[in-house]
Amino acid sequence: MGNYFRNIWLGVWTVLVGMRITINHLVMRKVTNQYPDRYPDLKSLEEAKLVPTNSRNRLFVDKEDCNGCKGCERDCPVNCISVETTRVTPGDTVPLLRSGGKRNLWVTNFTIDMAKCCFCSLCTQACPTSAIVHTSEFEYSEYNRNDLVYQFSPFSPEEAQVKKDMFANYQAEQAAKKAAAAAVAPAPAATQENV
Amino acid sequence: METNFIYSLLGNNLLGYLAVCILPLVFLIVYALVAILGELKIGAFMQDRLGPMRTGPWGTIQPIAEVVKLLQKENITPDAASKFLFNLAPFIIFTAAFAAFAVIPFSPKFVPSGINLGLFYIFAIGSFAVIGIFMGGWASNNKYSLLGAVRSVAQIISYEIPAGMAILSIAALAGTLDMNEIITKQSGWFTNWYIFGGSGSALRILFLPFTFGIFVIYLIASLAETNRTPFDIPEGESEIVAGYHTEYSGMKFAMFFFAEYANMFVVSALLTIMFFGGWNSPFGDFMSGPIWAVVWFLGKSMSFIFLQIWLRWTLPRLRVDQLMYTGWKVLLPISFVCFFAIALLAMLK
Ligand code: SF4
Ligand code: SF4
Repeated sequence: MGNYFRNIWLGVWTVLVGMRITINHLVMRKVTNQYPDRYPDLKSLEEAKLVPTNSRNRLFVDKEDCNGCKGCERDCPVNCISVETTRVTPGDTVPLLRSGGKRNLWVTNFTIDMAKCCFCSLCTQACPTSAIVHTSEFEYSEYNRNDLVYQFSPFSPEEAQVKKDMFANYQAEQAAKKAAAAAVAPAPAATQENV
Repeated sequence: METNFIYSLLGNNLLGYLAVCILPLVFLIVYALVAILGELKIGAFMQDRLGPMRTGPWGTIQPIAEVVKLLQKENITPDAASKFLFNLAPFIIFTAAFAAFAVIPFSPKFVPSGINLGLFYIFAIGSFAVIGIFMGGWASNNKYSLLGAVRSVAQIISYEIPAGMAILSIAALAGTLDMNEIITKQSGWFTNWYIFGGSGSALRILFLPFTFGIFVIYLIASLAETNRTPFDIPEGESEIVAGYHTEYSGMKFAMFFFAEYANMFVVSALLTIMFFGGWNSPFGDFMSGPIWAVVWFLGKSMSFIFLQIWLRWTLPRLRVDQLMYTGWKVLLPISFVCFFAIALLAMLK
């Protein structure tokens, strides 16, 4: 019996608590942005707050910080990132990464298809150098779908080809050297090849 | 007592009758537009949104846009439905809701029909709507419609009894079923309202828990009878699509919609009349008179409409068993206790 009245009391009380919450919200400041009328100017600090800080919008990759680990490419659930790398040729002048690390790979091609991106943010979490980030830029529709495929490689295709050739040459050189060494001592090299 | 200024204005002829019929209808349409806007805006504000903003300044013409949209929509009658009943149901529901306006006293000078059984009539007509709901649900030949209709019947029958006890208590307290007389008996200061036990000795303070209790019971029961949240299981969008009006579209759906809003007003008016002194001014003779009476009456009723909307945006839907538990095991016994206490109060007077 006591439980019965307690239940009724709890029912009434919780309804009143709920009603207090909703009436408070009735008079609170509203969060809606009248977006196309009222345009958040992303440049101004005050306005940029209108876009939530943790919102996930257009992706950006810092070319000088991406070390080409392909972590983002592997983690993307919709396969919209494609990263192509080539090894840095020893002796080439290599700038350090912006975050201070050593660069072992050239990023010869880096595309993100923003038309496919589902804004899950998995790529940004996978990135060891925080090179790939979401910006607060949210208006980037295009008339042509291909325009949504963004390029983030530091090289133009020709420059990339130069880097690739450079490494291919280097590899060929190494191979030639190896072959010369193998001619001197053929037996171990042969076994190695068989393995 | 001449209860209708229109008859004295136009005379007791066809024109007069027509005017008396049309006036509440016009009011109903205007009120429904306001209530729809209120529902949209209050709901949005309670969720920290702005609600409709595009149609008119601050979205104030939104309800008209919605009505136009509903008018334009195709009127679909499902092939497998029982056509006659399917098309009849919305009319029955709307008629039932509108018929209740016949006895609502907007002012001492305007009651469409001043019959002396007003309270009883409104109660009888109120349960009429369930026939329309069931008709619509069953005739649709759709499992969700039928489920919604069955739920609605179960719900309305359960909640009719506590609501009946509340009405009975007021009838006992007032000693009459005539709406205008019930209101006249509560005239004077707001302490004479039936929620405070009506006029009489100071002893009535002791009965405050009971009069207030019966008010809350009627409020809850009326929410259930109008199928408003938290008692909207007959419509339960997340479970049974839209319940009994799943198959309806266009104007026929709009009639269900209008009927819901009309019912909301009827129960709000009833709450006002039974517990809050109807068209009486709360401050004795201050701002009283036939015109002020309309203002007071609509003001009080509209606050109840607001309360209903407020509750709708606060509470989640009840489960079917919770609904039955609340109706039969909580409201019913308590309403009996309150009724006996109030009957005692009526005897003491
Ligand atoms: S946010 Fe998600 S979907 Fe978009 S590129 Fe990153 S991992 Fe892929
Ligand atoms: S995870 Fe970061 S560092 Fe690795 S390839 Fe992607 S952007 Fe470059």
